[in-house]
Amino acid sequence: MVQFAVAAVSDRRKLLKNEIRRSETAATAAKMHHYPKDRRSEAKSRNMSETSNSTELVVIGAGPGGYAAAFLGADLGMKVTLIGTDKNPGGVCLYCGCIPSKALLHVAKLLHETKQAADWGIRFAEPKIELDKLRGWKQSVVNKLTGGLGTLSKQRSVRYVQGKAAFLDSQTLNLQRSEGGEEKLAFGHAIIATGSRPAKVPGLSLESSRILDSTSGLDLPDIPKTLLVIGGGYIGLELGTVYASLGTKVTVVEMTGGLLPGADRDLVLPLSKRLEKIFDSILLNTKVTAMTEEAKGIRIKLEGEGAKNPEMVFEKVLVSVGRKPNSDIPGLDKTGIRVNAKGFIQVNPQRQTDDSKIYAIGDVAGEPMLAHKATHEGRTAVEAIAGHKVAFEPRAIPAVVFTDPEIAWCGLTETQAQAENRKVAIARFPWAASGRAATLDRNDGVTKLVIDPATERILGVGIAGPGAGELIAEGVLAVEMAALATDLALTIHPHPTLSETVMNAAEIFFGTATDFYRPKKV
Amino acid sequence: MATEFRIPELGENIKSGDLVKILVKVGDSIEVDQPVIELETDKATVEVPSPVSGVIQQINVKEGERVNVGQLVLTVNGAGETAKPAEKASAEQGPGKDASFAKKETAKQEAAGSEDTRPLEAKQGEAPRMTSIQAQAHPVAAGATETSPARPSRAPVEPEADSETEGGVPVPAAPSVRRMARELGVDVRQVHGSGPGGRISAEDVALFAKSIITGVSGRLGMASPPLPDFSRWGAVERHKMSNIRRSTAEHLSRAWNSIPHVTQHDETDVTHLKELRKQFGSLAEACGGKLTVTSVALKVVASALRVFPQFAASVDPAANEVVYKKYCHIGVAVDTDRGLLVPVVRDVDRKNILQLSSELSKLAAKARDKKLALEEMEGGVFTITNLGGIGGTAFTPIVNLPEVAILGMSRASIKPSYRDGKFEPRLMLPLSLSYDHRLIDGADAARFLRWVAEALEQPFLLPLQG
Repeated sequence: MVQFAVAAVSDRRKLLKNEIRRSETAATAAKMHHYPKDRRSEAKSRNMSETSNSTELVVIGAGPGGYAAAFLGADLGMKVTLIGTDKNPGGVCLYCGCIPSKALLHVAKLLHETKQAADWGIRFAEPKIELDKLRGWKQSVVNKLTGGLGTLSKQRSVRYVQGKAAFLDSQTLNLQRSEGGEEKLAFGHAIIATGSRPAKVPGLSLESSRILDSTSGLDLPDIPKTLLVIGGGYIGLELGTVYASLGTKVTVVEMTGGLLPGADRDLVLPLSKRLEKIFDSILLNTKVTAMTEEAKGIRIKLEGEGAKNPEMVFEKVLVSVGRKPNSDIPGLDKTGIRVNAKGFIQVNPQRQTDDSKIYAIGDVAGEPMLAHKATHEGRTAVEAIAGHKVAFEPRAIPAVVFTDPEIAWCGLTETQAQAENRKVAIARFPWAASGRAATLDRNDGVTKLVIDPATERILGVGIAGPGAGELIAEGVLAVEMAALATDLALTIHPHPTLSETVMNAAEIFFGTATDFYRPKKV
Repeated sequence: MATEFRIPELGENIKSGDLVKILVKVGDSIEVDQPVIELETDKATVEVPSPVSGVIQQINVKEGERVNVGQLVLTVNGAGETAKPAEKASAEQGPGKDASFAKKETAKQEAAGSEDTRPLEAKQGEAPRMTSIQAQAHPVAAGATETSPARPSRAPVEPEADSETEGGVPVPAAPSVRRMARELGVDVRQVHGSGPGGRISAEDVALFAKSIITGVSGRLGMASPPLPDFSRWGAVERHKMSNIRRSTAEHLSRAWNSIPHVTQHDETDVTHLKELRKQFGSLAEACGGKLTVTSVALKVVASALRVFPQFAASVDPAANEVVYKKYCHIGVAVDTDRGLLVPVVRDVDRKNILQLSSELSKLAAKARDKKLALEEMEGGVFTITNLGGIGGTAFTPIVNLPEVAILGMSRASIKPSYRDGKFEPRLMLPLSLSYDHRLIDGADAARFLRWVAEALEQPFLLPLQG
């Protein structure tokens, strides 16, 4: 039996070793099947000004899903072409999403701490904000990372094309290069990784430089005196935090009854409490019904619970009501790909579309629209193309809101368990009992475990507090590995750190947490 | 119209068997329920009856061949009369619904999206009546249909990525293990996890894969050090282990390895019982049975189990739970020329001793004639094994997992018994109770065995206390 297991492992190693040879064979086969000489010459004779190329794998979209897929394809020995809209790979995440927003949130946190330091006996003068320099620093971070990706592409011999792609059929793309010129690109396999874009509020379209979305908001054109954030999701709260820390009076309007709809309320609570202090106002159960531009700003009409002043004027308005998949790719109708009602490309567990040679990953292939999910999908799709039996089958995709405090969760949430009427045990460890949290003067956090009462297995983890985004990784591993509460409780965590709270929460489950006394139920 | 007969579902976890004997030949006219083949599976040898009637056109299997569930056995030409449930199902399912395998069935259900294909078990009405197991007919003609197995088939289902959950909880396996399973073509949902909380390890997957390949249910088999070369000391002969022998070996190893066994010995005075058996023996014979000590013991044990319910329980170590059973089916070990078989007598507590005698005689005869159905060997809560017919003064039977106790009976003999100041010759029956010490304490075992001994000594105690 043991011998058998060993054999299985060595077989897998062999598989990996054979990877390159195998994909070479695949390349030969692809050439035979997809690019017959006569067709290529036919294409040439039709339009002599166009060049015609071929690639084994083309990845359309160069975000974290796309470049991860392209790089893995190259590592497995494929000839890869990567198409992106910018000078270097990076996508929304690096150019106008995760990375620049985190750079700015770092600044926001620092600004906040300088104020909080007064409580600790350190008093700073009012900060002087040099907006150009701040913007420049943020941009340097973006340039460094995207430039790095450009270098990595070259090192891997991935052909990076800045331009736009359109399908001509199920095995050919037309590329419109940004530098000028067009080309036809025949491909063995394609991966669509075109991502998503900010959604607009239906019926409220207004063309104005005062209306920001996440992209223009991150450009920091100026520091407005007042800002209305439409939508209390993670993008609105993160950017709202940035602007508030720079001195803007921020108002958030959220249609539902709470911030971060879908997240567990006990995790959101510490954040709402803090945001109430940082923001001018948070209007829940409230809707924007009209926007008109005036000399001094945008006039807003409100409706609902928060509409005490049914009309207000804001210097700027940030629309952050979600994102829409970029599935309106030219020529998609010339393939067998199907798009569902929400605009997502339909894929199977291998991320293969209804057109067998074309795969789709990331935001365009479905929720949750998160960079790390796209990366994992991209790698899965490439492995599937390379002939491995793989599937996109995560047990937990972590979600992180980089506000202050951060909120992070993975796996099953309490909200979801309640909605599905599933019996779960919840173990909560309040950070008021954490030594590390005390040294940070932050006792508002909480770490909680969602546990299967039958097996004591960790089904989900939720954390609110500074650094929650880093801490959640342990939770993801616990869920993926099917860890039991005992496993977390018996794993020594370093002291004094916030990571201890994960172990402590597991101890709470057993009623024996060192740092927390819970009276026994009689 | 030609009608096919394929190997039907043979029971849980049984995918194949050795075809011991073909009981019919081409040209024979067969009736519904007529036995056509004899199959030896891991659990028993069973006669598989035909679900169809007609003249046999072709036989597609050979004796000695290993056959799989779903394999074509023979085709019948003629009236094509199929077993009743088949007709019923076909009438309700409409044409073109192939529901023979779970895989196809699922696909079809998705495609058709119709709800009336779902409750197949409910629709099927009574299961086909036969000596052993459900059978099914596969008419060849296009548009014709067939029954579906009452029990869902274990045919390999293409692992679906997003549905790897059991009752909403995802299968407890690490990403590396899930990937390995996928590479080996194993549906990780079917793998038994040996780790805490049922966690599935890479080894569990490898064992499962191996069990699929070899058809052995593996794990606690007979892993032993390599054997010496016996021929150094004299001539030897090697014989293949029969499926029943191998299955018995695995089952008993598993029981021996997982149950901390203790055996409690006692003795009961059956002098009076012997007289009663003589007195009422003819009554039992009139009912088609034999009034044996075992049939009386069945009744006694059934009553004892009501007083001591933990002796009919099972241990669920994974859940840290004890499973108490509200039914009273008792297994009786039967010695056959093919090995040990344990038919189970149903609802012993609701039958009188005469009924039990006749049922036991029938089951024992069936076991010896290879006619025992798999269902007739399942569901026991306790086992009785009587070696008294052969001899012996005591032995230590192995508990029949997942049961927790087994009562062994040896040969009764006349012994001097000291009563009222003098020795009297009494017929004494030795009893040996092996039990699972995880669940049963020594004192309880002694009490249980004393209760049984006293009830056998004085059968009137049964209606009095039982």
